[in-house]
Amino acid sequence: MKKIIKYIIADILRSKIVIGYALLLLIISLTVFNLQASPSKGLLSLISIVLITLPLITLMYATIYMYNSAEFMELLVSQPVKRKTIWISFCIGISCALCLAFLVGVGLPVLLYSSNIIGLLLVITGLSQTLIFIGIALLAAVYSRDKARGIGIGILIWLYFSLIFDGFVLFLLFQFQDYPVDKFALVLSGLNPIDLSRILLLLKMDASALMGYTGAVFRETLDGPVGITLGSLVLAAWILIPVWLSLRKFGKKDL
Amino acid sequence: MITIEQLTKTFGKLKALDQVTTQLPKSTCLALIGPNGSGKTTLAKSILGMVHPDSGQILFKGQNIIGQDHYKAQIGYMPQIGRYPENMTIGQILDMIKDIRGQKNLDEDLSKAFALHKILNKTMRSLSGGTTQKVSAALAFLFNPEVLILDEPTAGLDPIAQSILKEKILLEKNKGKLIVITSHILSELDDLVSGVLYMQDGKLLFNTSIDALRRQTGHHRLSSAIAQIMQSNPSSQTT
Repeated sequence: MKKIIKYIIADILRSKIVIGYALLLLIISLTVFNLQASPSKGLLSLISIVLITLPLITLMYATIYMYNSAEFMELLVSQPVKRKTIWISFCIGISCALCLAFLVGVGLPVLLYSSNIIGLLLVITGLSQTLIFIGIALLAAVYSRDKARGIGIGILIWLYFSLIFDGFVLFLLFQFQDYPVDKFALVLSGLNPIDLSRILLLLKMDASALMGYTGAVFRETLDGPVGITLGSLVLAAWILIPVWLSLRKFGKKDL
Repeated sequence: MITIEQLTKTFGKLKALDQVTTQLPKSTCLALIGPNGSGKTTLAKSILGMVHPDSGQILFKGQNIIGQDHYKAQIGYMPQIGRYPENMTIGQILDMIKDIRGQKNLDEDLSKAFALHKILNKTMRSLSGGTTQKVSAALAFLFNPEVLILDEPTAGLDPIAQSILKEKILLEKNKGKLIVITSHILSELDDLVSGVLYMQDGKLLFNTSIDALRRQTGHHRLSSAIAQIMQSNPSSQTT
């Protein structure tokens, strides 16, 4: 497995797109930190990048990479290598490359300008977002044979998580505002990794004014060690479940 | 060497393989022929574990291969259209597959004959279709496999490369290997193959030796023999 991962990372780095992505993030981060008077405001601006732009780029890149590697995968499947090994290697290879790009592009500036617990949390959130959306991209790529459709599914999922979901929750909460819906809303936010990460981050930042309506509801519930642990567990599930589902599907797929 | 029993595979409504049962013995060179879409590539891919059959089984040296992967170490596969990671060079591809297989006892005859060592630094993106085919062929033969599955091996190769490949195929057959070739160009198969598998609409119509086929049809050339069979079998003319 190590050998295959090595070749996948080498292949990704050769295409230079990931290097461009890292540079783009680096420029954005440096600009943000230099334009804002205080580093904590810079961090706030970075949050929206980490939560909106990063999932989209990750999703797009990972889906396109999986489709472009279809022949590479076929070549590997005809070799005496387990399918499981191939799929997990691709997953780890893309994850390593994109996480590294994120660490260079965002982790480094955060370390320079705002190396505190919130900065660390932002970096961890960014890494978990990267992993979650790679998992979703793998799932989209394995379920759809058609490249355009797979990328379309990816964009729809991103739209759903970053825009539609919030509107949907807002609608529900207004409709049922006469009832005690806090617990229900908590469960709902667990269904959206972007929302959940945003809540977890903003709760730590004394910036509740920036929270969406969904965020405001659980200020009390998710603050504190229990809330953080629970949130992290849900995020871990968001990473593992799509990867596991895609792995199962790939094991049975006709190439 | 390979036994196929009641192999069936459907893609939606299309029956790509319909109850295919046959034996592929060692030390033979078999031509797998049939009209487009008759299930030839699906059969080859089933043997390689790239397509999962709905029912039936494939035995490789008596072992069921479904869900297995070790047996692939004894198979060399040359795909119809070999496509490789575009950014890698020929040398990197060869090294990678050698590294992944981790096998000693390499057979580098073909890469020498095709002079691949002179263009090791070329990226796969910049290669012509024929050169890519040369890489595919070199890879298929590289590990001295006991079974070779060649899907349209000579398509896109220049005449010199074709004759190199044909000689290599004959040499390997005489070493006691099983070679399965799918092709549409029947004339090039004449002096290579010792048996013919004919597929149509997912069914294996026959698996006979070429001598029996010649006797049966009265034609010496494989192309005319097959043409006669296709004519006596009206449904194939429409495909």
